[in-house]
This record gives sequence, C-alpha cells and structure tokens, in this order.
Amino acid sequence: MGDLHVMRDDLRPPAPPPKRHLISIADLSRDDVERLLGTARTFERSMEREMKKLPTLRGRLVINVFYESSTRTSSSFELAAKRLSADTMSIKASGSAVDKGESLKDTAITLGAYDPDVIVLRHPQIGAPQLVARVTDARIVNAGDGKHQHPTQALLDLYTIQEQFGRIEGLHVAIVGDVLHSRVARSNIQALTLLGARVTLVGPPPLLPRGIEAMGCETTTDIGAIAAADVVYVLRMQQERMQEGANYVPSLREYTARWGVTPERLRPGQKVMHPGPMNRGVEIDPRVADAADALIETQVRAGLVVRMAVLYDLLTTGPKPVVAQVPMEVA
Amino acid sequence: MLFVKNGPKDNLVVRGARVLDPLEGVDVQIDVRIDQGVIAELGSSLPVNGHRALDGSGLVLAPAFVDPHVHLRTPGREDEETIASGTQAAAAGGYCAILAMPNTDPVVDSAAVLGALIEQAHSQAEVAVGFLAAISKGQHGAELTEMGELAEEGAVGFTDDGRPVVAPALMWRALQYASVTDRPLAVHCEDPTLSRGGHMHEGQVSAELGIGGWPSIAESVMVERDLALAEYENRSLHLMHLSARESVDALRRAQAAGIRATAEVTPHHLVLTDEAVRSLDPNVKMNPPLGADDDRKALVEALRDGTISSVATDHAPHARHEKEVPFEAAPFGVTGLETAFSALYTHLVEPALISLETLLERMSAGPSRAYGLEAPRIAVGAPANLVLLDTQASWQVAEDGFRSRSKNSWLIGEKLRGRVRATVAAGRLVHES
Repeated sequence: MGDLHVMRDDLRPPAPPPKRHLISIADLSRDDVERLLGTARTFERSMEREMKKLPTLRGRLVINVFYESSTRTSSSFELAAKRLSADTMSIKASGSAVDKGESLKDTAITLGAYDPDVIVLRHPQIGAPQLVARVTDARIVNAGDGKHQHPTQALLDLYTIQEQFGRIEGLHVAIVGDVLHSRVARSNIQALTLLGARVTLVGPPPLLPRGIEAMGCETTTDIGAIAAADVVYVLRMQQERMQEGANYVPSLREYTARWGVTPERLRPGQKVMHPGPMNRGVEIDPRVADAADALIETQVRAGLVVRMAVLYDLLTTGPKPVVAQVPMEVA
Repeated sequence: MLFVKNGPKDNLVVRGARVLDPLEGVDVQIDVRIDQGVIAELGSSLPVNGHRALDGSGLVLAPAFVDPHVHLRTPGREDEETIASGTQAAAAGGYCAILAMPNTDPVVDSAAVLGALIEQAHSQAEVAVGFLAAISKGQHGAELTEMGELAEEGAVGFTDDGRPVVAPALMWRALQYASVTDRPLAVHCEDPTLSRGGHMHEGQVSAELGIGGWPSIAESVMVERDLALAEYENRSLHLMHLSARESVDALRRAQAAGIRATAEVTPHHLVLTDEAVRSLDPNVKMNPPLGADDDRKALVEALRDGTISSVATDHAPHARHEKEVPFEAAPFGVTGLETAFSALYTHLVEPALISLETLLERMSAGPSRAYGLEAPRIAVGAPANLVLLDTQASWQVAEDGFRSRSKNSWLIGEKLRGRVRATVAAGRLVHES
C-alpha cells in the first residue's frame, strides 16, 4: 500500500440520502403520513386478490426483535413482510434479559451481521431504537419503545378513521384511560393533531401526565366529555400498574365505575376504538366491544396493510446509503 | 483535613497576567513570584532568578477552584476513577482542592476506610483532596456513623450523598450529634417516595417522551424539612446540587430568617434544561434531573446574588458500557471537573448573566467557606493555589482529551470559550496546556 488514493470531486457519487427510520410520529410530516396511508390503501386492494403475495421486497431481510410480549404487532409485521416477499426472522428476547442494556447493543450488533434491511424493534425502554440504529446499518421500525411511541399503531388508527369517516381533519377524538403509561396515546396525540383532528384526553388525574397539554390536546377528568367526540379511543387499563402502593386509582372497580366506557356513556353511532388487548369489563364494557360501532377488528386488518406500507416506503423511497466507493488512483 | 501528594514545591514566576482575586479585592496586571510553593512577592517586572517563568500575558491569574462535590469512585470502582486520575482531571479543570463523596464500595463510614483513603491521597493526589464520611452506617439510613472518630481521622464533613437521609428522626439526631465534631453536614435532598420511578424532570418533556417523571417537589419538600430541622437545632447545613426553583425559594426564605444554610449548584443545572433529554443521551441523565427553564433561571439568579454560594461539579464517572444503554436503563451522573469553568464562562459569563469575578468567587471562596476551609487567595505568604485562565481561547470538548478515566460528559463535541492554561495546587505546578 502506501499509494496516495484521492477522489476527484466531480467523480464522487452524490451523497446518499440519510438512512430513514420510523421511530416516532414526530419524525413524519403530514405529507409523509398521507403518502403512507395512500400506499396502504393500494395494498388493501391487492389483498382482495386470491394471490396475496407481492414480489416487491424479494431478497430483503426483515428481522423482528421483540423484547416485550406482543400478539397483533409481531404477527402483523411478520405477515406484512411475508406478503411483500421479504425474508423474515423473529427474535423474542427472554424476559430476564430485558433490562440489560448491554445485551441490547450486543444483540443488535449480532443481528446486524446478517445485513438486515429492516429491524422491527419492540423494547420496554425509550431510546432503544436509536441505540440499535447507531450500531447497525438497518432501517429501524419502532414497534413500541417503553411509554414513548408506537408509530405504526397510530398510523393504522389514522387509516381506520380515514376509511370510516373519509377524513381526519376536523374530527374530535376522545382518548380515555391510562394516558400516563401509554405509548399508543402519545403517538396518536401527535398523529391526530398533525392531521388536524381535535384530541381530548379523559382519565383519572394521576394517569393524565402533567404538562401533556403542550402536545396540543385538551384534558379532562370528566367521562361525560366522551359524548361530544366523533371517536372514543379506549386505552388498556394495565393491570401491572395496579401494584400496591402505586395509588394511580384506588381500585379497578372504582376505575370502571367512573371511567369505564359503557353504552350509557356513548351516543348512538359513536365509533369506538381500542388498540388491544382489551380488558373486557374494566376499561370497556363487553357490549361496547362487540357492538357494530366498534372498529376494533378493522384496526387489526388495517395493521397489516399499514405495516406493509411502512416497510415498502422505507425500503423503496429511501435507498440504502452507498458505501462501496471506488477511489481513483493517482500516480 | 485536606491531603495531597508529598513532594517538592515549585519556584515560579507568573508574568504579565491580569491578577484577579475577588476575595482580596485585587484586579491588576502584575507579576507573581512563588518561592517553594508560597506566594512571595507581587510586583512589576519581577526578576526570574532561576524560577520557572510562566507567560501570563493576555491571561487571567485567579485563586484556583475548589470543588465541594466529586465522586472519586475509590474504593470499589477504580475502573471508573481513582484518586490519581480524578485529581489529574481536577488539575486540568483548574482546581486546587476537591471534596470526595463517601458513597463508595465499601462506604466511607469507618476510620479504617477513611484512613486507607488518606494514605492513598498522600501518594497519589495531584491536588488536595478532602473526604466526606457517611452520616449513616453503610448509608442505610438507620444508624449514625462514629462521627467523632471519623472527624479525628480527618473527615471534612458528613453526608449520605447519592441518597437522602430519609427518616426525619435520623436527620435530627445527625444534626444534634455532628455538633460535637464541628464539621458540616451536607445533604442530598430527595424524597424517594416522590422521585420513585422518575428518570427525568416531570413536565412537558417527560409527558411527551413518556419517561417517568421526577417532580421538583421531590427535592424541595426535603429541602424544607432539613431547613426546619436545622433551624430547630440552630445548626448549619449545606444543601447539595440544588435543581429546583422551589428549593431556591425555600433556601432564600430560610437565609432571610437567619438559618445558616449554604448551597451548591452544578454547571449542568445552570446550563441545561429538561429539553436536553429529547436527545435521549444518557449523558444528560443525572440526579437530581435537569429542570425546566424557570428552574435554571432561578439557579442562575441565586448563584449571582449569593443565595447559592458554590459551584459543584458533582463529577460522577461511569463506565462506558453502563451509559451505552437506553436512557431509562442508564445510571444517573455525568463528569464535570475538566469542563466546569469553560462551560460556565461560555454560558453564564459571555452572555453577561454573571460576572467573571462572581464566577471565580463561587468556584473558589464560596465552597471553601461552606466547608470551613481556608480559601485560596493571592496574597504574599499564602500557599500558591492558582489558576491561569485564557478567556479568549475556543476549544472543542473531545472524548480523548479527558484525564478522567470516564468519558460520560454532557459536553462532548461542544465548542466552549475559556480554557484553563495552568494550575498551581498546594505550591506545585500540576497542569499546563
């Protein structure tokens, strides 16, 4: 070696576009969201055909890494990748390794050695997707990071609302329940307000985070406020938050009595959504969950096409950075 | 009570610097001669006479800094810091003396552990080190340490820093009993039932990020309690690393009522707010957490008007692998010894929020007073504890520039103004750049 390698500026390839990830709704513009929803609509039509597999992502590798339990998110990402003909792998971390940050970095480096195009990550802590993004070349899709964000959930919720109402702008959505611990609520507040909807948070005071109004929503502790909304979005009342001494609410019984979404508290025809899994009889009355106005199953269907759209968008609109540059040799 | 490496003292002449000592009321361009580590003469055009000459033209010569709050991680985590590396970092930051916290492994709660540290300091400490001992055995918050014996062995004061003294009755007994030692008590104010599950300041940013909130009242209710106990016992008290506007208000009211309370604040709480946490960089995670902008403004104002008398770095080294994790999994704490002056010069003095004189006072005489130590000063006959500052210099903080064994600085990559060019500690030239 020892030769001088330089590259003439005019021969230098154009700088690659920055590698794109989907970590937070805050990373998206309104145009991005509308493009993703449009792509999802296209995929929905293709899913009506008998032969549902598309060749679009053949030869691509999508790895799902789930450090928390999940049914609908992990299955819909896996199916979305398969419907687009990508190779998929699913890694489920054991519960005991969850809080060991070292293992996250090392796991990411290990998986990165397979050159995945996309890593779909669910992790109990905010910042985990960024950490994986730093140590691998893959695009990262955040499938839930702690209490921070769950962007594909918000996108599928927007898709569901859009399909139902034909618009999102100007609608009023009431989000009910444990906002404090909910990544779904945070992503939805950002996504809904980005598209011009009005958002009201309803719940017991300890579960409405101090200062959350700065995200552009209203808050109230009065369950009566849901009657004014076009959509009532019910959050899961997480049993694990009910540990002794936490005192977010005195009891589940009292929570249900004061904030449970029941037919009596709804107007006829009001649409009800829930990200799942539901605690029937706690945050949502079974009669509401099973009523024709519930969009809960529609949400799950939307999850598949929206996640197809996200994978497609990340892998086709934003090319992977070019790293192989051949230098010119100068004598 | 302060311990430093044994060795020959230096003969130096600092020529042509602006000599600035707010305590002595000195602000003049003059030469300073140091004979055998003692300031021997101030005057114009002093002859070198075989002394080592330092060119001070365009520079400020001030009393060296005193850091009342450093974690040297020794014994127990020598991979993160040692007395040698921590005091080298202190020298590079312009410090002539630092006070080390007792939350080590084992805890500094017995004369035996303290004695071993003092012995190490005699062989390793580039700048003077004082050691605080624990208030409670093992810092478990149950039984008082043998404060009398610890004071005789050389403890500068007592604290359970890293943890609050949770039980009011134990804090009360500590205030009563520490009076026989005549050494100050310093308190880390945090109500753990209020801070539980918190990783950052509770406010708009934590609401948006979904990170567990740590309400500012977790600090201020403990400040109020400890001030009430100090008033009841008519004892003095030092409040560590204040972070909340409510705490500053409580301190100001207490001082006006005649309670003898001093306090310290860190550079990061004076410069950053919880907005910095949006980066999710574990190097902006500390205890207490970064507050809102009105907290920061209240702290700056309190430092300016003297309600808070001391700048403390709360230098808290952590191994890289412990910080290279998601924010909520990371330990609290950041380093600060090598960047404190430059950070505060850049963010407080240059924008004219406080004067250079005030900053120098709060970094040297203020903390000395809080712990009853002799303040560094520039006067004939005083031991040479001096810092030579270049207020024109610009530099970029880089990981590979640290003397500390740990690199968990909140300033990596930042461009700062003002740089420490030389430090003389206990009569020895311990740093030049």
